[in-house]
Amino acid sequence: MAKTSKNIIDEARSTIPELSVEEARKMIEASQAVVIDVRESDEWRQGHLPQAIPIPRGFLELRIEEKVPDRKRPIILHCASGLRSLLAARALREMGYENVYNMAGGFNAWKNAGLPWVAERQFTQEEITRYSRHFLIPEVGEKGQAKLLDSKVLLVGAGALGSPSGLYLAAAGVGTIGIVDFDVVDLSNLQRQIIHTTDRVGMLKTESAQKSINAINPGVKVIRHDVRLTSENVMQVIADYDVIINCSDNFPTRYLVNDACVFARKPLVDGAIFQFEGNATVFYPAKGGPCYRCLYPEPPPPGMAPSCAEAGVLGVLPGLIGSIQALEAIKLILGAGKPLIGWMVYFNTLGDRDFVRILRLRRDPKCPVCGDHPTQTELIDYEAFCAGVNFGANGSSQPAHT
Amino acid sequence: MPVQIRVPTPLRRFTGGADVVTAEGSSLREVLDDLERKHPGLRERLLDENGELRRFVNIYINGDDVRFLDNLSSKVKDGDDISIVPAIAGGR
Repeated sequence: MAKTSKNIIDEARSTIPELSVEEARKMIEASQAVVIDVRESDEWRQGHLPQAIPIPRGFLELRIEEKVPDRKRPIILHCASGLRSLLAARALREMGYENVYNMAGGFNAWKNAGLPWVAERQFTQEEITRYSRHFLIPEVGEKGQAKLLDSKVLLVGAGALGSPSGLYLAAAGVGTIGIVDFDVVDLSNLQRQIIHTTDRVGMLKTESAQKSINAINPGVKVIRHDVRLTSENVMQVIADYDVIINCSDNFPTRYLVNDACVFARKPLVDGAIFQFEGNATVFYPAKGGPCYRCLYPEPPPPGMAPSCAEAGVLGVLPGLIGSIQALEAIKLILGAGKPLIGWMVYFNTLGDRDFVRILRLRRDPKCPVCGDHPTQTELIDYEAFCAGVNFGANGSSQPAHT
Repeated sequence: MPVQIRVPTPLRRFTGGADVVTAEGSSLREVLDDLERKHPGLRERLLDENGELRRFVNIYINGDDVRFLDNLSSKVKDGDDISIVPAIAGGR
């Protein structure tokens, strides 16, 4: 005689033990059972148990052995209301899994009981296509892309380093990009500042960068900070960001941003360029790494270190360094791989064998800002500091050599 | 004992434009002395009037910052790779 769905469900109920959500919770918390969510992937994305492994019902028999090789291990199955998982449990029984339980009431009952659950980000069709190459990388995937979309990165400067960095972060789907710059686009910028265009000469750099970023990715929220960073405003400007990228072109700003990031315990992705040379590293004392002050306790006296405006820079070079800065920011956001904390990548692009070097950087326990006993616990006057004005024990200013 | 010294762009005017030069010595101090004999003017850019390493220049022996080794007394051996890395500010 043909069976009705009711017959099948009743039969399953008589053979598969059921757990209430509270009983399931206790087993899960005691790490006694593995939880398999047999719902479809779109249901999973809308919310699921934090510990659950997703295997849609249709794939259950095909994938269970890979996820749970031990057939004695207790398994709790659930779906939305507890019926699909009840029927699915029979299949596992048939495969020899001895301790299979069904969670009565499924995810809905779990949620209604106020137990913890998490939701995957809902991607739009446009996002699924746009980030499809990211979804394929294990280190990114949907989870990583969601992190990128939720992240906030601040570019200090929309110039040579800020251009490639900003473009790649926008393309990667960093959800919020802040840009600090008070300058306007100049024709002489365009040899290297690829975020700007010829028809935008005279426009504020933040406005021009915003146009380019949104032309690549309209989903990115751009926050413009049309200000000169100072000791008075820097803490407020950086407050909301997860990662700060230093794309500035002068020592006072470099020391200012460094100190602010140390105080705010935020990672600072540093990069600097000079003609055919450049370097990049991540300053993150909160994670045990050095800060800019550990490296260079004092700036060179004015005149001893010419800027790009004085010494020039090859247009491609900031493309290289700025891209590394974007890459490091993305690694930090994803928690993927090993960020360049305590390591400097150093390019001598005119060379061959020493085209690139890796240098070990160390946190200085005597650092005045991030050391074990800091002597400077608030922001100072960085223009004066970099002009060689005496700052206590640091003030061994040198005569300028040109 | 010859060691290789990698010279950053801003200091290459002291080395006739060379990005790699060689010098001899058994400590970093001796190497810098030899470097000064071969390329006068270079040492002053690296050391202050007290003969200490300037605070905006770092020197690495085989990738390790000498401030965390023995500073100018750090030992060097044949074939060591020395990098001079000054603070640079450029970004625009």
